[in-house]
This record gives sequence, structure tokens and C-alpha cells, in this order.
Amino acid sequence: MQDVISLGVGEPDFVTPWSIRESCVYGLERGYTSYTANRGMPELRNEISRHFVRRHEVEYNPDTEILVTVGVSEALDIALRAIINPGDEVLIPEPCYVSYQACTTFAGGVPVPVPAKIENEFRITPEELQPFLTTKTKAILIGYPNNPTGAIMEREDLQKIADFAEQNDLIVISDEIYGDLTYKGVHECFAALPKMKDRTILLNGFSKAYAMTGWRIGYALGNPDVIGAMTKIHQYTMLCAPITAQLAAVEALRHGEKYMKKMVAEYDRRRKLIYDGFKKLGMDSFEPGGAFYIFPNITSSGLTSEEFAEKLIMSEHVALVPGTAFGKSGAGHVRCSYATGIEKISEALKRIEHFLTKLH
Amino acid sequence: MKEILEILEKNARISIGEIAAMLQKSEYEIENEIRRLEKEKIILSYNTLINRELLGEDIVTAIIEINLTPQREVGFDAIAEKIYRFDEVRTVYLMSGNFDLLVIIEGKSLKEISHFVATRLATIEGVTQTRSHFMLKAYKKDGITIENEEEDRRQVISP
Repeated sequence: MQDVISLGVGEPDFVTPWSIRESCVYGLERGYTSYTANRGMPELRNEISRHFVRRHEVEYNPDTEILVTVGVSEALDIALRAIINPGDEVLIPEPCYVSYQACTTFAGGVPVPVPAKIENEFRITPEELQPFLTTKTKAILIGYPNNPTGAIMEREDLQKIADFAEQNDLIVISDEIYGDLTYKGVHECFAALPKMKDRTILLNGFSKAYAMTGWRIGYALGNPDVIGAMTKIHQYTMLCAPITAQLAAVEALRHGEKYMKKMVAEYDRRRKLIYDGFKKLGMDSFEPGGAFYIFPNITSSGLTSEEFAEKLIMSEHVALVPGTAFGKSGAGHVRCSYATGIEKISEALKRIEHFLTKLH
Repeated sequence: MKEILEILEKNARISIGEIAAMLQKSEYEIENEIRRLEKEKIILSYNTLINRELLGEDIVTAIIEINLTPQREVGFDAIAEKIYRFDEVRTVYLMSGNFDLLVIIEGKSLKEISHFVATRLATIEGVTQTRSHFMLKAYKKDGITIENEEEDRRQVISP
């Protein structure tokens, strides 16, 4: 199919900033080709630790509380494997990234989807979690800013979840890979809430904010017990994250912020443009506060989200993802990524308008 | 204001409506703001960056370093003005270092440019020395890479 515009891709359209790429090349030239420590290069763990003190005023010991992983994907997998006993239940607000439930199942756990509501801008509340709580509930797995909805949780929203976790003695896995891509206010780190550091397994990485998806580099932060257990799995299955990617990640944390901020500013403009576009098309959407997705409601078209996505690609050559790919509660929505150029977003909106007028 | 400039600097042809949506302002506000920026000469012009090599036009670009004897009262400005008034002169900068003015000239041939430098620039009163460098190839201009535009290498991946 020719001239397809994809709003389906979940990765930045930017290339990793040159200074970051160059530091990796320089490392290779100097012969950095070995394994690193299982937990990751000390330099990188130190930078991560400093970053969290600077940004969120929460301190992690680089020797015992930080594990560098092969992307957040690995971190998520081994976090779940480290904490779950067979039959343990994990509360997972939905719609959500598709791996959450799959990895829980792989780890021998039982994923318990908890639908988040559009009326609440896809935030999750303790009242919504409560009915799904059982004696087997071990953890809550949240990902804000959210893929696919673009929802964010503000400090008071997170505090309620923190209180709920505290009352019911639950572990919180917080996937904050989109944290730097927060456009309304600042990103609140779950582990920085009072008393939450020990209870939280914080997952983050470089893929989205620094346009480093292909480098496969992420990290997990948590108390020494859980990070120790995760390190055991990591050392037997992965040994260590690639040294080349770790060198690049060090540079990203040391000097990458200005490039990252430029990309964030660009995403923000696209976000407003696409939000405005869908509003004008009469497709309801709340204004996404983070990540690079918008999750408009398509029920006015009279189609299901799968039909909408399929008809749109066939007739207008615009690709997007049906909301049901992210759980049942995504029904009636589609996920559009705005990690693509302004011209393409404008063109895609025109095509969607054409599509809608033909429908009626 | 800074954001409008950032957007326009990247694409001067973008519509007012798109800028308004991106900044969550009304079109009226954006239009007024742009008019003000133009009036205050913060926006000087809307240019098009052309890759003349692909056009097949033979254009020679030369960078000329010029040394000057500054003049009483006006310093370098009066001579700079004499130089930038020529249509052939595209760019003039006052520099620190080994020379005073950096002048960029475009012409049809090496001969035309050297003739221009020898007869029109070097002869201006106060110009003590000129050194011409001819440009062989442009790799990047005003933040835009001329060739090898990085293509979209993203592949299909799930999830």
C-alpha cells in the first residue's frame, strides 16, 4: 500500500541525538566491548542515582537499589517474576500497554484488569481498585503517563493509590517510561511520595524521552531485596545490558537534557494540533497530558474500533490502533500516535475528516 | 512569541490555523502577533532554502576575508555599508580574529567573482587586504542537512 500515514507507531520519529550516538562510537573506538557489571556500569548507576535526587528528591543507592536492564521490557518481566508466587494477583488498570498482562501470566500470576473510565480521563482511583482486591492481590501495576490513552496522574491522584497500597500492603510497579513526556505540569514520580520508596518498583529508561528505542536500555529502582532478586534473574538470563547502550545512556543523562527538551517541545505542539484536529472533527477526546498518544472516542461513527481502524486504512491509508488492543475498556476508542511530523498529522486529520463525511 | 518564531523558522508556509492549534491560541491572536513581529523587524523575511546543485544551476560561492583600517567616528560600519550594498554580496559579518569582515559572494564563475573582488571590493578605501576562498560543497545550511536526509527507519514491531 502506497502513501500510508502511520499514526500507529509507538516510537519516536526522531533519531537519537548525535552527541549520544557519538559517545557510543567513541566508546567503541576505545575498545569498550566487554561485559559490564551485572547491575550495569557504575558510572551509569551513579548518573541514574544523581538524576533521581536532582529531579524527584528520592535517593537510590547505586550499589544495591539500581539495576540496568535491556529496556523497560526486561525490567517489567523480571520485576514480576521476582515478586509473584503462583496464583498471586496483580491489579492492572486498563487500557494499558499489552505486555502488562502477558508478563504477569508468564510469571505465574493472575492479571486482574481494572477498567479506568473516560469520565475520569482514564486515571485510576482506589474506589475502582477496591472491588477487585482479594487476599491474593500482591501488586498494582500502573503506567502513567499512559500508553495508549495519554492519561497522567497528578500528585493527589497518586497519593490516593499510595494510601491504598499502604492499607492493603501491596507492591506498586510503576512504569514511568513516558515520565519525561509530560506536558501538563511536571511528572510526579510514584516512589517520591512519602513512604512509597520501599514499596515501589520504579521502571524507566531512555527509549521514549531520548529517542533511543533501538538501544534497548532501561532500569529498575527499588529496595535492595527486590533489586537483588531481580538481579539474580537478570544475571542468569541476560548477564548485563549491552555496554554500548550503557555508554550512550551515560551521555544522555550527563548532557542529553537539552536535546530531550527540544523533542518534548515538538511533541507538545503536535499534541495540541492533533487534539484540536479531533475536536474539530467532533471526535471526543480528553486532552492527553503525557506520552505521545491521543485516544479519541469513535463511537459516533457507528463503527467498532476494529472496524474503524480497518476501514480507515483501506480507504484513506491512515494507520492507527484499535483501542481494544489495549484491553476491553479500550472499546470505542482508537490510539493515535503523534510521534510523526506536523505535515503528516495535518494530512492524516484531513483524510480522517474525508473518511467521516463518507460514512454519513 | 518565541514559539511562533520556532515554528515559522522551521516552516514559514505553515498555516495560521495550525500555529493557533499548536499554541492553543486564537487565529486572531496569532495573526496579530506575527504582524507585530514583522513590523518590529524581528521577522525580516520568509525565505526558501534551495538546493541549487539539484537545479543544475552553476553558481559559485566565495567566502572573502577582508581586513580594514577602521575610520574615525564610524569605525567599520561605513565600509561595511559600501560592501553590503552590492547585490552580489549575500552576507556580511564583522568578525573578531585575524580579519575584520567575512563576506559571502555569489557569482556565475570563478572569473566573475575574482574580477568583482579585485575591481570592486579591494579598491574600496580602507580595505587593506582580501583573501578569497571558493566553496566546493555545502553539507549543511541554516540547520538543514543538504543531502542524506535521514529517512524513517522504523520497522513494524509488536506490541
